[in-house]
Amino acid sequence: MEALRAKARELLESRTVQVVVGHEQGSVPGRPRPVFVRKIEDVDRLVAGEGGTINLAVYLLKPEVQALGRPALVADPAALRTVLQLASENQIRDGALVALALDDGRLTELKDLAAIEAFVAERPAGLPAEDQQRIAEIEAMSREDRWTWWLEQFSRCLKCYACRAACPMCYCPRCVVECNQPQWVPAAAHPRGNLEWHLCRAMHLAGRCVGCGACARACPVGIPLDLLTQVLARQIEADFGVRAGTRAKADYVLASFRTTDKEDFIR
Amino acid sequence: MADARTLRRESLARWFEAIRAAGRRILAPRARGDTTAFEEVTAPSEVAMDCVQTTLSPKAAVFPRCEELLRYERQGKDLRVTDPPLQPPETVLFGVRPCDAAAMEVLDAVFSADPPDRFFQTRRARTTVIAIACTQADAACFCTSVGLSPGSTLGSDILLTPTDGAGFAADVLTDKGRRIVELCPEAFGPAVAAQERRAVLAQVPVRFELKGLSDRLAALFDREELWVDQSLRCLGCGTCAFVCPVCACFDIQDEGTGRSGARLRCWDSCGFSLFTLHASGHNPRHLQSQRWRQRVMHKFSYAVGRLGRIACVGCGRCSRACPADMNLADHLQALAEAK
Repeated sequence: MEALRAKARELLESRTVQVVVGHEQGSVPGRPRPVFVRKIEDVDRLVAGEGGTINLAVYLLKPEVQALGRPALVADPAALRTVLQLASENQIRDGALVALALDDGRLTELKDLAAIEAFVAERPAGLPAEDQQRIAEIEAMSREDRWTWWLEQFSRCLKCYACRAACPMCYCPRCVVECNQPQWVPAAAHPRGNLEWHLCRAMHLAGRCVGCGACARACPVGIPLDLLTQVLARQIEADFGVRAGTRAKADYVLASFRTTDKEDFIR
Repeated sequence: MADARTLRRESLARWFEAIRAAGRRILAPRARGDTTAFEEVTAPSEVAMDCVQTTLSPKAAVFPRCEELLRYERQGKDLRVTDPPLQPPETVLFGVRPCDAAAMEVLDAVFSADPPDRFFQTRRARTTVIAIACTQADAACFCTSVGLSPGSTLGSDILLTPTDGAGFAADVLTDKGRRIVELCPEAFGPAVAAQERRAVLAQVPVRFELKGLSDRLAALFDREELWVDQSLRCLGCGTCAFVCPVCACFDIQDEGTGRSGARLRCWDSCGFSLFTLHASGHNPRHLQSQRWRQRVMHKFSYAVGRLGRIACVGCGRCSRACPADMNLADHLQALAEAK
């Protein structure tokens, strides 16, 4: 924690960055919340935030936060993967931020995307055992039971869109559910509207989700919706050998093709 | 004058049976994983009695998150518009916290403003509120800051105050409440002494001074830096509004094919960027800070002018559910103390 505060102070003092996006003590012990440190005297608010609900990389594209100037992002491995994925989608330029990587309490300053790539490469993302088990349980269901199970989960959805707001990869200025001429997806939180929203969300994130889990942590009614994108990520890795959030330059796997692809339908 | 009685815990099951036998459904807090919500129950054993506060408020019983207002159908050159059936079941909301009961009164004020809303009023007329006073509170609770308390009776038809492990003091406050008691009078006994129940109520510290807050907020309206500072971490989702027992803003959606369809009313939230987007493309609240200010101002300033009361009951749900930990009481305290 002291190393983090010292580094934040140094970056702000040298004007390398104008804001440090990190965690501070929240209103519930053990649940740190986002903080935007702009003044030297505030660096002591920073905590090495284990257990934060939010993937802090979500703030990189928020206009209000961008208006504060160049950021240093206190980043766990999931936030670093997010930075890479956003870069690959041309949402972040190289050198636009300094990443202060926190992994097992150790602080590493990463000044560019190449450094982030190298750091992430040494820490491949793995699904927590708990998630693996839940996925295995769901996959063990019959097709009909699985459908019913998900419908029941989605039926609780309030359409508060906390999942979308908490997802750093959901950065469309106007989400498809808000395009209403025509209305592609029902706006109402009735069973069909909820199902369509969750299918849309999962498909838009297929192969882009970095597996931070922020969507499920944000959901007020506890829908395990991260499992959908986790399974899609696993499937895409099996089929195409790529994983989101590993490279700063990458074509989106579901929107690109190579002449050497094994499928021949497009030739 | 309230009719004071006692109710033993073991009598609850009989009372529940009698209520259901009279054709009423009982909605009560029910645990589901880490969350609790008001759902239909058949017996007291299904009720999550010990939860400090449910994740979702009981407002959906009177203001569903999505409801049909009308149906239309084209027949040749004519358009036929019909009212959807509006026959909500007689409902007993059991185990509501006193803050949520008070919220019903705010909703009453909102939905009886001209023109009165018959959808809300039909449901509300068929809803009886049985509150249970709070013996525990958490750090998010701030009812005492908004003029309520863990034992307030506002909005309740019956208030049950736990007296000891074995039962409740029952204050029967309205005719609606009396009718529910009369379904099973044998479940109730004579009153207990007042001091016996005050002792068990939760202690909720006062976080900010309500008196003068409305005017104070109006004076802070142009202090942009305050609102920006508070809302930088806000993600702009609708969780706070949707878990709120008082928030009543809605969106109208027409759903249908070219020939027929329905008009729906759906919960909406001032936290959404689309909430105030004009057809021209102009958005008077294009920044999250402006939307956060609106949320605070509406509840604590505009509502005072329009309804004669603030639109917050201090249940703390928004603070508990917010993924970004936008703690309403903390923010209000900061605003109340802002130089």
